[in-house]
Amino acid sequence: MTGTTLLSELPRILAALFLVVLAAGVSRWQHLDLEKQMLVAVVRAFIQLTLIGYALNLIFAADNPAAILLILAVMTSIASYTSGKRGEGTPHATRVAALAITFGAALTLGLLVGLRVFTFSAQQIIPIAGMVIGNSMNVCSLVMRRMKDEIKGRQLEIETALALGATRQQAVRPHLKTALQSGMMPIVDSTKTVGLIQLPGAMTGMILAGASPLEAVQLQMIVMYMLIGAAALTGLAAAWLSYRQFFTASHQLVAA
Amino acid sequence: MTSPRFDIVHFSLNRHGQPVLDDVSFYVDPGEIVCLLGPSGGGKSSLLRCLNRLTEPPPQTIYLDGQDVTAMDVLALRRRVGMVFQQVALFPGTVADNIAYGPGLQGQIVPSAEIVRLLALADLPEELTARDSQELSGGQAQRVALARALATGPAAMLLDEPTSALDPAATRNVESTMLKLRQSLGLTVLWVTHDPEQARRVADRVYLLVNGRIEDEGTPDHLFRPGSQHLTAVFAAGELGGARS
Repeated sequence: MTGTTLLSELPRILAALFLVVLAAGVSRWQHLDLEKQMLVAVVRAFIQLTLIGYALNLIFAADNPAAILLILAVMTSIASYTSGKRGEGTPHATRVAALAITFGAALTLGLLVGLRVFTFSAQQIIPIAGMVIGNSMNVCSLVMRRMKDEIKGRQLEIETALALGATRQQAVRPHLKTALQSGMMPIVDSTKTVGLIQLPGAMTGMILAGASPLEAVQLQMIVMYMLIGAAALTGLAAAWLSYRQFFTASHQLVAA
Repeated sequence: MTSPRFDIVHFSLNRHGQPVLDDVSFYVDPGEIVCLLGPSGGGKSSLLRCLNRLTEPPPQTIYLDGQDVTAMDVLALRRRVGMVFQQVALFPGTVADNIAYGPGLQGQIVPSAEIVRLLALADLPEELTARDSQELSGGQAQRVALARALATGPAAMLLDEPTSALDPAATRNVESTMLKLRQSLGLTVLWVTHDPEQARRVADRVYLLVNGRIEDEGTPDHLFRPGSQHLTAVFAAGELGGARS
């Protein structure tokens, strides 16, 4: 694997690029004005993936725990920043996202390593962490966004509950439930239909790389279960941390 | 529970750097219905929200029986001082679910006889108990909100334009219910309204709040008597503009 260079697969990459040329042709013909953006996307994908390919090659070769942790920290930071942007309108959105994603991802990865599902080696942890953190980021964005929309849209109900002597937690409970459900629904649904509608990325990759379908589905089961767990943990943390940004300690709704 | 007294002392409030209320002082005696009357957007509701600390008032400006509300336990304060809003938000479920909400927060179960008693206090029939909360008329919904607020056993009520979304008949019904409740429960009531006729019908005393200041006060008989030069009568005649006169 370390002996492979990018150039060895260049003919196949160039062949695949033909499909992008086809798409650009459609765009031009239909005046979609997407050609420039497609070009940017293609170049960015080439540069980003080439860099990460070489970087991972180095890290896998070194297999140094400190380097692994550093990579995880970088991944978590980018996810937190992205999710924090999506959570705009929630006070301290980036901080909330960082805490929620770190909590969900760290606990999930810790359990996977602790239960010896995966070893703490670069080759196993980094791709797994990529899936877990990416998935946690999506859940966190969805939950934060819905929590904010619920609180802003249900201000009257929430303040009615507060006026009847509800704590902020009691007042927000039905809305917290809605936010969590909406955040977790995509991963629950895709787990329910996995294999029936599409073969997920990890499984597709393994099969293309020559693994047997039975090996591939076993790994896919582990992946789906870990993503559900990570979604629940991250979603719960995101909902809890974000609703609290809208209340004072005296159970007053603010900033809504 | 004996009805409490409210004292509002040198109360000022800014919103987005603009003064909304400017050095407002007044009181509500135990068992009294006091109307805070004035044009819309005059800061009446903002003030009302400070009395049960839905909005935090500055310290030492609002007193309940001589005690600074900002030093009280906020949840106990809100159980003691009920509130009814202009827009009614009934929770999903039945009428009974809604009435049982407040006590339920404390882990108390409300027996059905108590639900019926609370409905009766709000002049609602027993048959409404099992009705879906989303299937009520505006007037019924507002009175369910009233019964729900009474369920926590408050000694005072804050009413924020409770009838402004209701038709005239429903408005009169809510008014007569409130007057009866004051008789039977001895509630202290602070009632925010923009309608001078309503203030005249329900209030023991009226404060006129214009541009964030109390500009007039007195009993309805005094303020509205024929030939009155009081600003309240001017406001009632629709001759008080937005600007301070």
